[in-house]
This record gives sequence, structure tokens and C-alpha cells, in this order.
Amino acid sequence: MAIWVFVEHREGTIRKVCYQMMGKARELADKAGQELWAVVLGQGAESVAEEIAAYGPPQKVLLVESEALAQYTSDAYGKVLADLIAQHQPAVVLFGATLTGKDLSPCVAARLGCGLATDCVGLDIDGQGNLTARRPIYAGKAYVEVSFEGRPQMASVRPNAFPMPTPAAQKAPVERVKAEVKPEEVRTAVKEFVKTAGERPELTEADIIVSGGRGMKAAENFKILEELADVLGAAVGASRAAVDAGWRPQSDQVGQTGKTVSPNLYIACGISGAIQHLAGMGTSKYIVAINKDPEAPIFKKADYGIVEDLFKVVPVLTQELKKAKA
Amino acid sequence: MNVIVCLKQVPDTESVIKVKPDGSGIETEGLKYVINPYDEFAVEEALRTKEKLGGEVTIVCVGPDRAVESIRMALAMGADKAVHLNDPALFEGDALTTAKALAAAIKQMPYDLIFCGKQAVDDDMAQVGPALAQLLGIPHVSVINKFEVLEGGRAARVTRQVEGGEEVVECPLPALFTCQKGLNEPRYASLPGIMKAKKKPLETKDLAALGLSADEVGAKGAKVKAVRYYSPPERQPGRIIEGETVEERVAQLVKLLRDEAKVI
Repeated sequence: MAIWVFVEHREGTIRKVCYQMMGKARELADKAGQELWAVVLGQGAESVAEEIAAYGPPQKVLLVESEALAQYTSDAYGKVLADLIAQHQPAVVLFGATLTGKDLSPCVAARLGCGLATDCVGLDIDGQGNLTARRPIYAGKAYVEVSFEGRPQMASVRPNAFPMPTPAAQKAPVERVKAEVKPEEVRTAVKEFVKTAGERPELTEADIIVSGGRGMKAAENFKILEELADVLGAAVGASRAAVDAGWRPQSDQVGQTGKTVSPNLYIACGISGAIQHLAGMGTSKYIVAINKDPEAPIFKKADYGIVEDLFKVVPVLTQELKKAKA
Repeated sequence: MNVIVCLKQVPDTESVIKVKPDGSGIETEGLKYVINPYDEFAVEEALRTKEKLGGEVTIVCVGPDRAVESIRMALAMGADKAVHLNDPALFEGDALTTAKALAAAIKQMPYDLIFCGKQAVDDDMAQVGPALAQLLGIPHVSVINKFEVLEGGRAARVTRQVEGGEEVVECPLPALFTCQKGLNEPRYASLPGIMKAKKKPLETKDLAALGLSADEVGAKGAKVKAVRYYSPPERQPGRIIEGETVEERVAQLVKLLRDEAKVI
């Protein structure tokens, strides 16, 4: 019996949550007396397999290759992974709760008729290899602990729910297998991928986020947040108000109908702190609020607050941090 | 184009959610229910597709009696008919059992397109769409923010936001799409729309009508079971940084972030 971690990657870079899952899964595997396998699907993904082999570390990395797996499609990845699971019968399979992970995992669960819990922030296992998972519901206003019937038991894991493990000195062996996928089995086709990410970290993976809301007043004013973000190596987020006003793209939105983030530090500038926004960042380790309205609800959730015009504070903060760096 | 929209009725996102003292569930007394916000994008896209290409929009909904209100709202927006899967044996299941119930109903109708919301804002599982596509044997693309039917009506081209960029994907029809915010602006139901909705066909189906057995669906068929519910840990109140000047307060903040919080 084994615990599997599906390792998601793009252009040789492994998603941060996969490292975090390897660390947690090692702990679960040890507790249940089971093996841990990392499973990499792709084409030309040897470097990915070599990289993940040090984290946990697993007993082995299964590298499954096929031309059909060069680009992610739910048809190809869903079939290959479901077939592998049916063949090897792992007890538990973990995915990152990324857009790909949340697309792939229900397909695999439906193929296998098994249980899947999405976006888990806590995992535990008993001596028989039965998983329990804790996950947020109602945008994090409540949590539920779930158990599973049957096998395998699957969960997708929220980024930053678990810490980054340190790599082991000893790397696990990589076992290469070929997968068979007939072209007609892959019905969707990715025609284009337009990279929009710049130098900044991805919101759901960022350690620090600087975020702007209605108080930013205009799109061009986000420049001051970008400057602050540059000094901090942070990502830049936005509230729904800023997105709906057209100042920032939907992909920057943090909140119930945007992204859920869990950074170490979230700096909210000109954000009032509506319930729906808090839903997206309420699990941040530390929250700083900068808002000229002393009644803004965000101050009740912030660890540190400055009641002041953000246009006065943010540039000074950027300066102060630049000085400290120098 | 025959378009199906899967709809769920959920508590309003403004709702204060309380966990029952014994942890057995959520207090539902006094909750206000609405169409799942992501399903509104699905209804709207279905209506726009019908307006462009003709056809019919059918709402399919798994839910108790109170869901009728939300179904009628979707009909008021412009959907043509609805099928309401209302049977306690179908409830309290997991995402896969819900998908099974929807699949059983949908297999009884002709369709070219199925739109679902990307997730329901109560359980946040985000599974029903892809699972339903799998059970129906049709392709799917999730979290689309742009949708277009290609010439000939045999395929669709969609855009989706993924981490780090945007993907353009083509998919043959029939297919299922889950809708992300940004796809469209859902219309409000007009007064004439609300009046018309009262007369639009709304069929109710139970377990038997779907040809399902009780142990395939609902609580009996679920592979994921709730053990207990609990409230999130309360964030401890923080402090407002005081000071005469902006410079003073900022300096204090930096010090706290470095020395106390240790996040920079």
C-alpha cells in the first residue's frame, strides 16, 4: 500500500504545493507504515522527477512518459493516472488544489468511483491507511473534517497549508514507464498558452502579498503597490472592487470569487475588509491593514493597522524597506 | 443548440455561517438562499448562446423544495424549462453522487452543451462539473472565462486562466464547461421575465424517475463523509500603530514585521 503525490509541473518548474505535499505525505506514510511515491506525468520531464526525488523523500518517483502527456489535458492525464491507480492500487492519492489539480482530480475520482476531498488544509491517517481530511467550506467561514469509504482515498491540498520540507541528502530512485494514449482518446486541444506572469510570484504561492482595493482610486495608482511589492519580492493582489472597476485583471482578485491565498504576510491597502475578501486571505499568517477609515472592518482582522491615507503611507513604507535592505 | 445548465441553490455569500454546538452541521435557520453565483455565469452564457444560435436552455437542479425559487429565477432570466431532482435519497451525498444524479437526468435529454459553475460556494468542492462530464463520456474544460461556438456548431473555443497565464482550448461538442468569474455579466430577471417564468415547464423527478438505486446516491452512496463541523480559529485582534508622523508609524511597522512577526 502506498501514498501517491501527483507532481504538477510546467516547463520544468514544479508547483510549490507539490513540495509541501511531499513533506506531509512522508509523515503520513511513516505513520501508516506505507511507501510514498511521487508520480510525474509528462514528456521530457526527467529533471522534474530528479528534483522531486529529494523531497519527502519518497521510496520512488514514478515517471510516466508519453507524447500525449506533453501538455496537460484531462483526457490524457485522467486516463493515464486512473489506469496507473487501478494497476498499483495506492491507498491514498494527493493532488495540489491548483487549477490543474482541481480539474484532474475529479476526473480521476469519477473514473475510479472513489472519494475526493478538495482544497484540504489538514490531513491525517490511521494505522490501516485510512485518510481523514480537514477542509474549509462556505469560503472558510466553517471547516469540516471528512473520512472516506473505499479505496483509493483522494484529496487535493491547498497551497501553503503545509510547510516546505528541506530536501534530503539521499534522492529516491526514478522508475520510468511509458504510457499508451490513443490520439482519439484526447478530445480537447490546447491551442495557445499566453504567459501573463511577470517576475512576481504567483498569488497562491507567494510568501508576501501587497493588495489594493477601492481606496486605490485608479488603475495607475497600483504603481505604488508594485514598487512596494518589488522591494518585498511580493505578489500584487486586488479586491473585487478594484477588479470590477477594471483597474486590475480577474486573475489578481483575492476573495471568495477570486483566489484564496495563504501568505506569511498580507498587506491590504485601501481595502475595507468585506466578508468575501476575508474569505480569500483570512488564513494569512500576518495581516497588515492600511486604510484611512478607522471603521473599516479589516482592522478587526489585521495584526497591525495604520489608520492613514494609503497614498501617504505606502511610498514611505517602500522607502523605509529600501533603506533597510541597503 | 440544446443547452443544459446545472444549478445549485446555496446560502447567500453575505450569510453569517454558524456551526451547530454539537458540530453535526451548519445552522440553516434564517439563511437566505440564492442561485450559486458561479451558476449565474452558466445561466447567462447559456442564454447568450441561445440568443446567438437558437435552441433551448434547460435548468437541471438537485435540491430540496426551497430550490424551486432559484430555479424559477433562472427561468425568469430566460431559461426555457427546468428539471428539479428532488428526493431526500439524493441529498447529503458527495460530489460524485450529485454528478451521478445529474447524469441520470441529463441522459434522458438531448444536449449539445452543458454549463456548470466552477464550484458551489457552500461546499467549495469544485468537482461536480468535471465528474459529470466523465460520467456522460463527454469532454470538458474547466474555469472558462471566454466561450465561443465555432463555425458548424461542432466545436467550441474557450479561454481559461491558469497559474502563470492564459490558455486557449478547443473542444468538440457535445461538451461541458465550468464557468469562472469574468465570463460574462449575468442579467437581472426582468418583471415580464418573472411573470413568464411561472408558466414555464418545471418537472420534478425522484429516485425512481431517474432509474437510480438508493445506495448509489445521497448519503448511502457517498464515499466522502462528514465526521464533524467546526468553526475556524478566531484571529486574535491586532493593534493599531500610533504615532505623530507617518514616518514614525511606518518605522514602527517595519520593526514589528521584522522583529515580532519575523516575516521580512
